[in-house]
Formats: sequence, structure tokens, C-alpha cells
Amino acid sequence: MLKTTPFHERTAPLCASHAWRRWAGHVVASSYELTHEREYHVIRTAAALFDVSPLYKYMVRGRDAGRLLDLVVTRNVQKAAVGQVLYTPWCDHAGKVMDDGTVARLNDTTFRMTSAEPNLRWLQDNAAGLEVDITDVTGGIAALSLQGPAAGSILASIGAPALKYFRIAPATLHGIAVTVSRTGYTGDLGYEIWAEAGNALALWDAVMEAGRPYGIMPAGLLALDMARLEAGLILIDVDYVPARKALIESQLSSPYELDLGWTVNLDKERFNGRDALVAEKARGPAWQFVGVEVEWSSLERLYAEVGLATRLPSATWRMSVPLYADGEQVGYATSGGWSPLLKKYIALAHLRSRWAAPGTPLEMEMTVEHRRRRAAARAVKKPFFDPPRKRA
Amino acid sequence: MKRYDAIIVGGGHNGLACAAYLARAGRKVLVVERRERIGGAAMTEEVFPGFRFSVFSYVVSLLRPEIIRELELPRHGLHILPLESTLTPLRPDGKAGDYLAQWSDHDQNRRELARHSVRDAEAYDEFGLLLHRMARAIKPLLGVAPPDPASLDLRELWDLWRLGRYFRGLPEKDLHALWKLLTMSAADYLDEWFEGEALKGTKSASGIIGTLLGPRSPGTAYVLLHHYMGELDGVFRAWGFARGGNGSVSAAIAAAAQAHGAEIRTQAPVSKILISGSSATGAVLDNGEELRAPIVVSGADPRRTFLGLVGEQHLPDEFAAAIRRYKFRGSSAKVNLALAEPPRFICMPQPGPHLRGAISISPSVDYLERAYDDAKYGEISRRPYMDIIMPSMLDPAMAPPGKHVMSIFVQYAPYHLNGGWNDARREELGDTVVNTLAEYAPNLKSAILHRQVITPADIERIVGLSEGNIFQGELTLQQMFFLRPAPAWARYRTPIRGLYQCGSGTHPGGGVMGAAGRNAAMEILGARA
Ligand SMILES: Cc1cc2nc3c(=O)[nH]c(=O)nc-3n(C[C@H](O)[C@H](O)[C@H](O)COP(=O)(O)OP(=O)(O)OC[C@H]3O[C@@H](n4cnc5c(N)ncnc54)[C@H](O)[C@@H]3O)c2cc1C
Repeated sequence: MLKTTPFHERTAPLCASHAWRRWAGHVVASSYELTHEREYHVIRTAAALFDVSPLYKYMVRGRDAGRLLDLVVTRNVQKAAVGQVLYTPWCDHAGKVMDDGTVARLNDTTFRMTSAEPNLRWLQDNAAGLEVDITDVTGGIAALSLQGPAAGSILASIGAPALKYFRIAPATLHGIAVTVSRTGYTGDLGYEIWAEAGNALALWDAVMEAGRPYGIMPAGLLALDMARLEAGLILIDVDYVPARKALIESQLSSPYELDLGWTVNLDKERFNGRDALVAEKARGPAWQFVGVEVEWSSLERLYAEVGLATRLPSATWRMSVPLYADGEQVGYATSGGWSPLLKKYIALAHLRSRWAAPGTPLEMEMTVEHRRRRAAARAVKKPFFDPPRKRA
Repeated sequence: MKRYDAIIVGGGHNGLACAAYLARAGRKVLVVERRERIGGAAMTEEVFPGFRFSVFSYVVSLLRPEIIRELELPRHGLHILPLESTLTPLRPDGKAGDYLAQWSDHDQNRRELARHSVRDAEAYDEFGLLLHRMARAIKPLLGVAPPDPASLDLRELWDLWRLGRYFRGLPEKDLHALWKLLTMSAADYLDEWFEGEALKGTKSASGIIGTLLGPRSPGTAYVLLHHYMGELDGVFRAWGFARGGNGSVSAAIAAAAQAHGAEIRTQAPVSKILISGSSATGAVLDNGEELRAPIVVSGADPRRTFLGLVGEQHLPDEFAAAIRRYKFRGSSAKVNLALAEPPRFICMPQPGPHLRGAISISPSVDYLERAYDDAKYGEISRRPYMDIIMPSMLDPAMAPPGKHVMSIFVQYAPYHLNGGWNDARREELGDTVVNTLAEYAPNLKSAILHRQVITPADIERIVGLSEGNIFQGELTLQQMFFLRPAPAWARYRTPIRGLYQCGSGTHPGGGVMGAAGRNAAMEILGARA
């Protein structure tokens, strides 16, 4: 049996589509309504409520908690202030990305880590000789993500403190003890709320109730996927193969190759993969992870040639699509789709460094009426969508 | 007298596969099988009215995908049904929930493993991935005649060079891991990965199948990998239960052979391989009938072939000595039950998908090692390791409607039993198995309609496998690859010109795999495998 999340009693009756998706051994809604479109627009216009409980969560406590995390992740954890949240990948000893997630400093010696894959064993194995206690709290903590321009007002109305971007604080929402972080996976103004699983239903009710005047809607993973694509945010197993699952060398990626170089803090004396990353930085990565924009006129022409109006994907696709330049394949896109907001056909792609500079003309493979064609495209800067309210 | 291009001695699945490939290449082939039915250890029989038993081997795990494709086995009736879970009860008696299950669904499996150990649940995928890579690394060895590193033969040197280059191309960490697998015991190897006793017990069991070794004996880690090889072809779905039992694997290969023109004769035991000078010229049957062919291929095991059918007088001393030293030491038995109702396991009392998978009585490495201790000194394990499947749950036609058949593979029952095997000891073995299993599923005893107990002595008598070794010789490192069955003679050829071997006693070894039969045919045809 698959697990259900602590919110299932609320989300199940709302899921009119009966479309569920698996996420880390749980079922969560793909969309609540029959199509996900409105759920997507709510992220950008009001506030969308996501159940993100399946994320793996670990409490790391003790004198050496910061040291352990610094050994594991690429960013500098010990330098983080209390109440700060770091987005970070972590690497194996060869400097290849194993996973990515967040580390929140709850107090001097207590951190909470979230991840996409289970990491208890990895943390424990790295903790040899350190004074640190690691607890898997995945099942014990329920998590909601409230994303969209109205998210701040909704939470403030039930007692959440003002928070800066990537900060976290304890709060009491409608009488329920929680921590609230200003984080999310949509590239919008957004918050994540962490509560004991036993309080999940009361929390859901409180947030939904408070959000009603602001047009809150529960939203599923299809809407989330469109938002994260616009935000240029990478997705494990889709945009990269985590090192633990790679079968062959070429499936591995370093943080530099995933455009996560900014998270690699080589000033730290020791962390997993450091030597390899120092060398790679000096050498320059072979691949880059970039945005790609398909040219509308080219797309339109391909369809016009077969007598059709342009067709667009209605949801974010997740597959490997070849990219060409100068007559040869120079990379591949791993996620893509139509941005209803930007009115652009966009994709996230791995390109050989030589062809990765913004503006580089490319061609993307498209299947148009059963035939493989190539549409004109170009490399662009990520994120595609970056509203000031995200950080304001 | 009819003349043939090749005579195959023994209609085991390997002999049949060899015949099919030779016939497919246009050779006139005759298979002679001593029993009244083909299949050898891959055989289905209606032992009790309405109940069909896959009498000896019971799952398909290693059957080579290229054989399935090239011989078009699905067209000839092969249908492999998935067998996807393994249930390990944690203790006799106990209560509902006292089990460890391994499921095919990733999420379900992870959740179940985490119930026992979160660390094991996380290690599981990585372990699987490593074994997958290791299996891939050595897989190229399976489909070829193994080159002998001591040989000066040009072709072997060429093969050796290719293999050497291949192994040097492996990432360093894979080479290290491979070396560990080659040298360690299954238990030690698993200790590096897991903490759960039931998980380690169950996984280590595949390291001891068909050997007189315990999970703590060095070298058993490799055997684990040998059995993992089948999972490599996961996408091909070659792992499971053959509809109709393993006899239908043999039947499909036989049908392919016949479609290509091969002749198959049963009740035709060969008493002697004819040799003139240093060349094989044919075979003589028990009834005195002589069959002539320039090529004779033996699918019987090496001892039977060389010391029995050929005779030491025709063999170089050194070779005869190597064959005499080649180890069999059968240690496995089978108990096949006809059941009026399915078993109800205390740990999982409801009928459910667990009965469509394997049930493994392997609560810990200690349990297996203790079972081995008894066998080491010539006794039946007081509490044996058992690998159980319920064929009728997968293919209801194996039993009358509503009734069931249960196949129990048992270790250890040593061939060299103190005092020897007889009817009383056979029944004692049957009782030990049923009594042990009934501690986990108490309704078992009253459900039994018929019981067939097969000791290693029975395996030898019925199938002709020396000392009842299920793999035609122990699958241990000292007699694998270029050492199987004897140094310098691992490429299906023998010191007698025109005489070849194609059974499990040659590379790559035992199991319903067909590889030896196919490789031998390729060698005979002079083709590169
Ligand atoms: C109890 C048991 C359980 C097993 N379980 C499994 C399993 O689940 N999965 C798996 O993959 N493998 C299993 N095996 C192993 C597998 O069955 C064998 O390795 C494989 O079937 C051997 O095939 P073969 O063709 O090489 O030899 P055999 O099957 O031994 O065939 C040799 C044939 O030669 C015949 N023969 C011998 N001498 C003569 C003669 N003088 N004249 C004419 N004919 C002769 C014999 O009658 C026999 O038919 C099991 C084996 C046993 C015994």
C-alpha cells in the first residue's frame, strides 16, 4: 500500500479529478480540479496550497550538527544565521550530485534538512566520530506550501510573523504550533509551514479558512511542475540522475553542470566532493544547465506546413529531447512546456558548455504530426519568471 | 544404419538447446535420452492425479534471453509468469506481522524494509545497483567459451586479450567491488550493507544454492552474483515461473529443435560412447544398438560422461584425475506437496499476493549456518533452509480447481548422509520439512493430499545427476569459468576429438539457462558466440 499524507482526509474529498501521483511512496493529488490550469493561475494571482508532506525530513541536533552538515552539503552551514534556510545540493566523494534540498538552522545546534531521496544512512555514515543526533522525522512532520502573491497576507491574518526570503521562524497559527519558512518551489512569493502530523487537519482547515477571502485553492503537482519550470528550478530524477542511481559515468552531474555552482563553497576546508569540485572549477564544467526558448514563428511554421494550427503541451513534459547546433547534437532538454503566463515555449536543458551562452542559436526536436522536425530555439538565462515579490 | 552429423547424449534442456542450434544450422541431429521423458532436471510430471509438479527445478531465473529470441521459444509454448515477491517469516509461531517481505514495487518495498530498518531500506537500492553493475561487468563471460589464461592457443589468447581489455576498462571502484565478491562469503559481504537478520538471511541464501557451503564460507558472495545475473535481463522479464512448470521450458526448446529437424528419442540410454583411435565415432545404447556420427555431444555431467560413458582408458591421466577431483557433493532436496487448501502463514494469515511469490524460510544467517553445520557432518539439517513457491497460484492449471501444489526446495540434505539414504531417511527428511514449515503455517499438515520427497540420491537416480548435485557439479569458484569442468578443457571440447560437452557441468554452470547448450553448439559450428 502507498502511504497517504497527514492531510489525506482533507485532500481526498477535494480531489475531483481522481488524479493522484506518487511522490516518495505517498499519493498526492496531480490536480484537484478536472484540469490543472486554474490551479496554476492561482499560484501567480492569489495563493495555492500544496501538500508537500512526502519530502524527506531530518532533524540534526548536537554540538557537531553544523559540522556534519558542512561535511555533507556544498554550502556553508556553520555560517548560516539562526533562522536562515539554505537551498543546497550535496555530492558524493567524486563531486557528483546525490540530491538537493534545504537546510534550516532552527537554533545554534539544531537543523532541519529536507531532501527528495532518503538520506538517513548517508548522514549517519558521515557522522562517524561526531557528536550529533540524527532523526528521520519524515512521517512525524506534516508540511504545507502556500504559494502566490496573497500567501503573505493569508498567513499574517492567522498570526504568522513577517519573514524575509529564505528565513524560518516558529509561529502559532490559529493556536497551532508550527514553523514557517519563506521558501517554496514556484519562484513566487511563498511559504512552507511545518507542523506535527497530529495537527495537520487543524492546520489545513485554518489556512483554507483564512485564505478563502483571498481566493486560495488547493493545487496539485501538475500546477507545481509548471511553476517550477518557469522558475527554472531543477527536479531530481527528471532533470538530473542522482549519483546513487547512475548506472554509467555519463549520467552523473556535478553542481557546476547543473548551474548550482553558486552553492559550492570552496572556502570550506573539507566537504564531500571538494577535491573533485576544485579541479572541475579550475577546468570549467563540460556541461551547463540552461534555459531554452523555442521561437514561436518557427513552431508555427512547422505546424502550418502540415496544415495545422500550432499545438502546445498543456502540462510540463519530462523526457529527454535532443538539442542541436551547427548540425550536431549539443545537448538535450529534460523538462519543458508552454508558459501560460509568459506566452513562451520554454525548457530546461543540458548543453555542452560551448553552446550554453545565452543567445546561442539552437534547434529543438519536435514531433509534428508523427514526424520529427526541428524548431528554432535559443539558450536563455534562467529563471524565465522572477517577480520582485519573490524576495521583497 | 542411420547416420547423423551429431548425436546428443541426454535430453536435458541444455542437450535440447544444443540440438536446436545444430539443427538450425542444418545439421542432422539425434538426441538420445535415457528416461521416458525429456527435460532432465527441467521437467514437469503429473505425480498425483490432477496435480502437476515441476519436480526438480521450479523457477526460471537465468534462461538466456538470446535463446528465447533465437529459438522463438514463446512461439513454441514458453510463457514466463512473473514471480515478484519474497516473504520471509521472522520466526516460527510468532504473530501476524512477523515477516519481512520484498516486493517488486519500489515504494512498497522500501516501506516494508523501513519497517525493520530505515538504513536497510536506503541501502537496498544502492546494493541492487552495485550488483547490477557487477553482473553487467561479468555478463560478457556468460555468452562465450571461457578462455584459459594458461593457454597458448591463438584464439583463446585473442579472447583473453579482449576480456582483459574489457576488465581494465571497468571503473576502479567496480573492480574493487568485483574482487570482494569473488573472495568473500555471502554473509560477510551482506554485513557490509545490511543490519536486518531476516534480510541478510534471505539474501545470503542465494549464495549457498547447490553447494555444500554455508553462508559464512568464502566464495559464496560470488554465487550470489551468479544468481543475480538473471535480474539483469529484468526488462526482458525472463525471471519467473514457466506456465506449466519447468518442463515446459524443455518442451519449448524440444519443439524448436524438432521444428528445425532434430530427432529426439526417449528411453534410449547410452551405455558407451564409441571411440576409435582418439576420435568419437558414435554411441551404443543399452540394448546394443549402435549410432554413428562424427560428433558426439554429452549433456550428462562430466563424471558420468568421462568416467562412465568414455572410460578412463581413453583419457589423458591428468584430465581423468581432474574429472575425478571435480566436486559434486549434492546438498539439496525437493519436497512437492499436493494441497487441499493454501497454507495460512501465521505471519500473514490472509490469502494474498505473498502466495504468488517466493516464501523463504531463512530468518537469519545463523539459521542457515546452523542448517549447514548439520550437513557438514553428514546429517539432514534439523531446521532446513527452504525456498517455497506455489505454482498453482501462478498457473491454476497445475492443480484441480481450488486445490494447490507447493514446491519446496530444501537445503541441506547431504548426498553423503551418515549411513546412506534409504526409504526411512527419505521419510524423515519429508517429516523434517513439513514439521518445520508447519511451525510457520499450522494448517499445512492437514491440507496435504500427497507428498513427494526427493533426496539427492533420488536426484541422482532419476535425472542422473552425480551425487545429486543440482548444477552438475558444485558452483564454486574453483570450478567455474576456465576451470569448469577441468583446466584447459572448459571450451566444450574434450581430449577425444569429436566429443563435446554441453551440460551444466561446463561454463557458465547450472541453472535452467541453456547457455552451455548454446555455447557448445557455437563452438561446434565454429562460430563465434
Ligand atoms: C531439485 C532441483 C532444483 C533446481 N532448481 C532450479 C531452479 O529453480 N532454477 C534453475 O534455474 N535451476 C534449478 N536447478 C538446476 C537446473 O535444473 C539444472 O542445472 C539444469 O536443469 C541442468 O540441465 P542440463 O541440461 O545441463 O542437465 P540435466 O538436466 O542433468 O540433463 C541431463 C540429461 O541427460 C540424461 N542422461 C544422463 N545420462 C544419460 C545416458 N547415459 N544416456 C542418455 N541420457 C542420459 C539425463 O536423463 C538427463 O535428462 C535445480 C535442480 C534440481 C535437481
